[in-house]
Amino acid sequence: MNRRLWTFIGGGLLVALVLAGVVSTYASAHPDGLESALREGCAVDADDTIVGGSCPATREEAHEIGGPLADYGLAGVRNDMLATGLSGVVGVLLTFAVGGGACWLLRRRDPTPAGTDPTPAGTGADPAVRPGRQAAGPVDPDSGD
Amino acid sequence: MEPVAMHISNGIINGPVAAVFAAFALAALVVCVLRGRRDLDDRLAPLAGLVAAFIFAVQMLNFPILTAGVSGHLMGGALAALLVGPWVGALCVAVVLVVQALVFGDGGVAMLGLNITNIALLGTAASYLLIALLLRVVPRTPAGLAATGFVAGLVSVVVAALGFVGQYWLGGTVDLGGNLAGLAGTMVGVHVLIGVGEGLITATTVVTVATVRPDLVYALRRQGPATAAAPAAGGVR
Repeated sequence: MNRRLWTFIGGGLLVALVLAGVVSTYASAHPDGLESALREGCAVDADDTIVGGSCPATREEAHEIGGPLADYGLAGVRNDMLATGLSGVVGVLLTFAVGGGACWLLRRRDPTPAGTDPTPAGTGADPAVRPGRQAAGPVDPDSGD
Repeated sequence: MEPVAMHISNGIINGPVAAVFAAFALAALVVCVLRGRRDLDDRLAPLAGLVAAFIFAVQMLNFPILTAGVSGHLMGGALAALLVGPWVGALCVAVVLVVQALVFGDGGVAMLGLNITNIALLGTAASYLLIALLLRVVPRTPAGLAATGFVAGLVSVVVAALGFVGQYWLGGTVDLGGNLAGLAGTMVGVHVLIGVGEGLITATTVVTVATVRPDLVYALRRQGPATAAAPAAGGVR
């Protein structure tokens, strides 16, 4: 696998980890656009808790699962900043694993992997020449997977 | 600490409507998988994972908007469409929403189809249509790419917000007494402001990637036909 690509992926992941693990603890705690629109008609106090009135948000029901990372916290960790940061780190790694893993399984395979060419000759098209394949230097040692 | 929810919670839209949208979202994601496979190769697959992880991270960063007491956050459809294309992009955003619903208690599991429809499907589709259009007319400069990202980001958020208004019209659990226009006005108004933030983040990110690795920006790779048909003087038609 292309080492430059993985340098980029690694750098991008590092940025995401810092954003989710550190910067997120400074994010605004006010309700977002959707939530605030659903609260129109209700009165809220200084902590953004609904204290009266009628609005769509009053019909909100509990989440089916919840779980130890619910609401971007971490069960058992009292420190809010630490809990948010740690859950953010878990989330970044999890979404990378799930998203990248699913896409890796779904990706197009090269029709003729090196060394296992099923039809050495006879097909009209030449599969050896493919754009996007970098043919520079020897085979990358970590190209196995 | 006040619960931090970013997506539609349980109880907001009734069960039957949520189920219909779950079926719709599932069918649409199957189409995205089938079409996205054409784009997915050894290079795009890890990049798609990074896009999903980055969107998850930035969605956590609620920023204040001009309206007092209201925050906004990235949705990510435009960014995903720019970096990995519309089909894989929609899948990336859907992965984020699924992880958020199943692991982080954000957005009801029963509401997942609604959230995926608005943010992953509508947001990505609207922004990619705009991106395909804009990249034909803007100059091929970082400023042109930034403008494209900004507009696509802003519009995608407003379209996603309108998607929710439509869903609320179909199955909202509180009878607004004919005042759906009020909800629509509030949603659009606040999401135009959030869209400015979305646009700025989208533009900054895509220009950064285009500076470091222009070959990794899907929207720039796919300019072959557009380049051939490009008018001599860009910008104004």
